[in-house]
Amino acid sequence: MSVREKYELELQSLNNKIVELGTFAQKALDKSLIALENQNVNESIAIMDEDIKANRLEEEINDQAILLIAKQQPVATDLRRVIAAIKIAADLERIADFAVNIAKSTIRIGNDPFVKSIESIRDMHEGTSKMIGLVIEAFIEEDVIKAKKIAELDDEIDALYGQTIQELLSISSQKPEKLAQITQLSFICRYLERAADHVTNISENIFYLVKGTRYDLNK
Amino acid sequence: MITVKPEVQVPEKKLTQKNNKPSVYKTNQLNLWYGNNHALKNIDLDVKENEVTAIIGPSGCGKSTYIKTLNRMTETIPSVKTSGEIMYRGRNIFSKDYQVEELRTKVGMVFQKPNPFPKSIYDNIAYGPRIHGIKNKKILDQIVEKSLRGAAIWDEVKDRLNENAYGLSGGQQQRICIARCLAIEPDVILMDEPTSALDPISTLKVEELVQELKKEYSIIIVTHNMQQAARISDKTAFFLNGEVIEYDATDKIFSNPADKRTEDYISGRFG
Repeated sequence: MSVREKYELELQSLNNKIVELGTFAQKALDKSLIALENQNVNESIAIMDEDIKANRLEEEINDQAILLIAKQQPVATDLRRVIAAIKIAADLERIADFAVNIAKSTIRIGNDPFVKSIESIRDMHEGTSKMIGLVIEAFIEEDVIKAKKIAELDDEIDALYGQTIQELLSISSQKPEKLAQITQLSFICRYLERAADHVTNISENIFYLVKGTRYDLNK
Repeated sequence: MITVKPEVQVPEKKLTQKNNKPSVYKTNQLNLWYGNNHALKNIDLDVKENEVTAIIGPSGCGKSTYIKTLNRMTETIPSVKTSGEIMYRGRNIFSKDYQVEELRTKVGMVFQKPNPFPKSIYDNIAYGPRIHGIKNKKILDQIVEKSLRGAAIWDEVKDRLNENAYGLSGGQQQRICIARCLAIEPDVILMDEPTSALDPISTLKVEELVQELKKEYSIIIVTHNMQQAARISDKTAFFLNGEVIEYDATDKIFSNPADKRTEDYISGRFG
């Protein structure tokens, strides 16, 4: 048994909540893309309703972290773990918000047939979702090598984003009557690209947690 | 379509900064034995001027032995043997021609339990200066006031200087002991767990005082209270089984220690 068993359990519980929030955010993003592909408004509404769970989890993580600092005076790696938990929770909550934003765009598009294949959006989503899964693993394993790989994946998402936006722009000049849908699809690309950036932030926090120094992975 | 590149190479930045302050104490390869018990092993420590240096570590790690060696309090114990050197202001305190009295006028000490003399508050403070030959009442008055002010207790005792120091609270007695130490105008103040017998408010008063005192003195403090070391010291040395495991800026020790044993100790996982 550890000398500070209660403390260890509280730190562990904080970690578990981060994993729970991460898994939730990833699922929300996955569901939002399925709803888009199927142009399913009801499913999109459900995603919006469920988002309250992510907000609650983030609040719980913050409250627990504050109590840990106040009552247990963590130092060194433990303290970094608590600070990293607060920051990572904020990023994960934001990713869940992007799922809501995609759901809203899906509702706005409604059943208007897509102006183009959404395959490149699917690719962007696939990459982002993969990054979230990896970052959760890197967090659990405190693996900086994995965290660094995630930042590299982000470059590919950025490239896909650039291509897709270009494509949408050229369609908008050919089909100006579809501008509303094209705008929503561009927003969705933007949300996915931003979500991937938040995953990169989380990777940086994993570096800070493990190494105690800051790294800019967004170069 | 998304590939993972294998390598990862990120340069690490160093937190530790250069410090060009003069050294007060330089300990080189100090070893100390109590009979067969090897209590201090190859200690190298460089204590800087006008800094608070905290020594932390679990019971029996040698931290009190070390601080006592700094003003040669261990040499009266018959079974004690030492090797190596402790340079105080460039002179080895173990050298034959170094008078222990000379050292102790420069290096004051405050102990775990307040130990005022069973005398008046005034006489407690005037004791050292009188031994050093100061007889003039006016000068002694000045020293007493200055020392009591320096120890942040003047306002509490100025109207009762002729009362016995035993009548004061534990926290006040400890500050009287610090004032007594200041009265001989030392260069270094050694503190061996100075607040472990005090209540939290008295503890914070002594901690505040230490922050004030470091402007004029160099302070070495042994403490069991890791948060205290974190709050008040500039440097922290972590002792374990008679060895210095890690010695670095306190900010570094408490945010990102280099040694796993240091981390385990400061985060309360052993000791």
